[in-house]
Amino acid sequence: MYLIRYFEERVIELCHTKELEGLVHVGIGQEGVATGIALSLKDCDYLYGTHRSHGHFLAGGTDPKLLMAELAGKDTGLCRGRGGSMHIVDIPNRLMTATGIVGGTISLALGTAIAKRDEGAVVAVYFGDGASNTGSFHECLNMASLWKLPVIMVCENNGYAEFTPMSAHTVVENISDHGKPYGIPATIINGNDVLAVLNAANDAVKRAREGDGPTLIECLTYRLRGHYVGDPEGYRGAQEVSEWREKDPIRVFSKFATSKKFIREEVMLEIRSSAQRAVDEATEFMRASPWPDGTRVADFVYGPSS
Amino acid sequence: MKDGQRFIDGLQRALRAEFEHDPLVMILGEDVAVGGPFGVTSGLVDEFGEGRVMNTPISEESIMGVAIGAAAAGRRPIIEIMFIDFLTLAMNQLVNHAAKLRYMSGGQLSIPMVIRVQQGAEGGWGSQHSQSLESWFLHVPGLKVYTASNSIDAESMMRAAIQDDDPVMFLEHRGLYFSNDNLILNKIEDPEKARIVRDGCDLTVVSYSRMTRECLNAAAQLAEEGIEAEIIDLRSLQPLDLDTIIESIKKTFRVMIVHEAVMVGGVGAEIAAQIQNLAFDWLDAPVTRVGAPFAPVPASPILEKAYIPNSALILEAARSLVGD
Repeated sequence: MYLIRYFEERVIELCHTKELEGLVHVGIGQEGVATGIALSLKDCDYLYGTHRSHGHFLAGGTDPKLLMAELAGKDTGLCRGRGGSMHIVDIPNRLMTATGIVGGTISLALGTAIAKRDEGAVVAVYFGDGASNTGSFHECLNMASLWKLPVIMVCENNGYAEFTPMSAHTVVENISDHGKPYGIPATIINGNDVLAVLNAANDAVKRAREGDGPTLIECLTYRLRGHYVGDPEGYRGAQEVSEWREKDPIRVFSKFATSKKFIREEVMLEIRSSAQRAVDEATEFMRASPWPDGTRVADFVYGPSS
Repeated sequence: MKDGQRFIDGLQRALRAEFEHDPLVMILGEDVAVGGPFGVTSGLVDEFGEGRVMNTPISEESIMGVAIGAAAAGRRPIIEIMFIDFLTLAMNQLVNHAAKLRYMSGGQLSIPMVIRVQQGAEGGWGSQHSQSLESWFLHVPGLKVYTASNSIDAESMMRAAIQDDDPVMFLEHRGLYFSNDNLILNKIEDPEKARIVRDGCDLTVVSYSRMTRECLNAAAQLAEEGIEAEIIDLRSLQPLDLDTIIESIKKTFRVMIVHEAVMVGGVGAEIAAQIQNLAFDWLDAPVTRVGAPFAPVPASPILEKAYIPNSALILEAARSLVGD
């Protein structure tokens, strides 16, 4: 969680100094979800992200250096600079793709589950509260249940679809209410409690691996920063943000872990400084990396045999 | 009609052969396990099982996504979209993911899938079951677009499409499914090479899919008038085999492009632009285009007949082009 937090704080700084350009969405405040879900998955499993997926990928094992280089558009980036923040892919870690299309990866996760269920793999897919109003979300609930696919559908409900609060865009009280009509077990948890996320995810992964089909997990969370880097955030008040700051998943877990004494203070400090080092190294790597060759702009449109 | 020489027979042979050849091949779509409305997938489920021949709900966008997600994980899915008119519902997944994932991932992902789509006007099925929308897809980097006018190409090109590591749209004209070839054709190994279906020296006629047949009918009449048309069946629309077109123009100096789709903004517009770029000095007359009027496909049989370009229209355009 510290790695994700420090990484994204650095991303914001680098956006301000124009070392990073483009449309960048950070998930500061949502690290508990990314971490809990990633910890429940095995190496044989697959994961699909959203447009706000730096945290999902870092928690899933992505090298911060390659991610930072990708965000900067460098040739050493995960996707050789062709993807950028919203379209990251890390196949060695089975992080299949983020997407700029809200709700766009849910159906892809179903397809991967069909392809890999015989190998015992589980596929997790993230989407937000806003995506619950796309038609494809409902089509996918139906198909995942119909075919009993080993899919973990993780709703990161951060209360806003871009700039619109959930009360103004959704008629159901909870996103998890959508599970029942489709025969999908659904649960609603505090997404800022990484251990609650891990527990719910473990249950869902177990069901999926035993052939009992999909689970919908609604994680209540909050993005402490704007929808995108540079968002003036006129749609919400400072009071609301500061209330959620008290519920910051990192603060909650650190307090819990040190007060219960299962992580010693000095270990926590070491975790923090090693995360900071990794972010520094990622920044240096990005800065030292070459740009892609402009004459190769049409590489990767088709495969090598074409 | 001899069995085995129909367009649909070629498709069925290709599907069966690839299902046998590669266990990663699968097909999904609405009603595919019961053969679909035209019977193209008939019998596949009995032979290869429901795990590889998957009936889906009527959820075009998401089944396109399912196919992409399966392809990204190493399968070779074929998705059947019953009518190209319904592909509009799946454009998001097709254009934003299938076409771009290889590129956006810097080559980490490949999406080896075939999008089988039935299209074209036939039988008065009206505006939402008859369109020819191929030009939309030429404009999307990452997609390939194949068509066929005969059973030999339907078979060899479908097999090549399934073996291709990139998403290939395979457009099947419903007016061709049950037609006999009446053509003696050699097999062309490269699916992206155009076929010269008739030699001629007076003008070049570039076409594809069912219109190739209309062009051949027109060419027979033109020959009686002493005009020899060279007819090129493009087969692949993306990529385009411009070399074959240009080579022919250097012999005939006149060219027309014929398609069933609306002429405005059609495939012919792209080809005409390419021709003037590559062979301007070889042209004795402006490039001519024949296509449907700028209107939706009508339902009435009389209106539909007036709508679809036919050999009479092609003849008229050819005479005028040669007389120029």
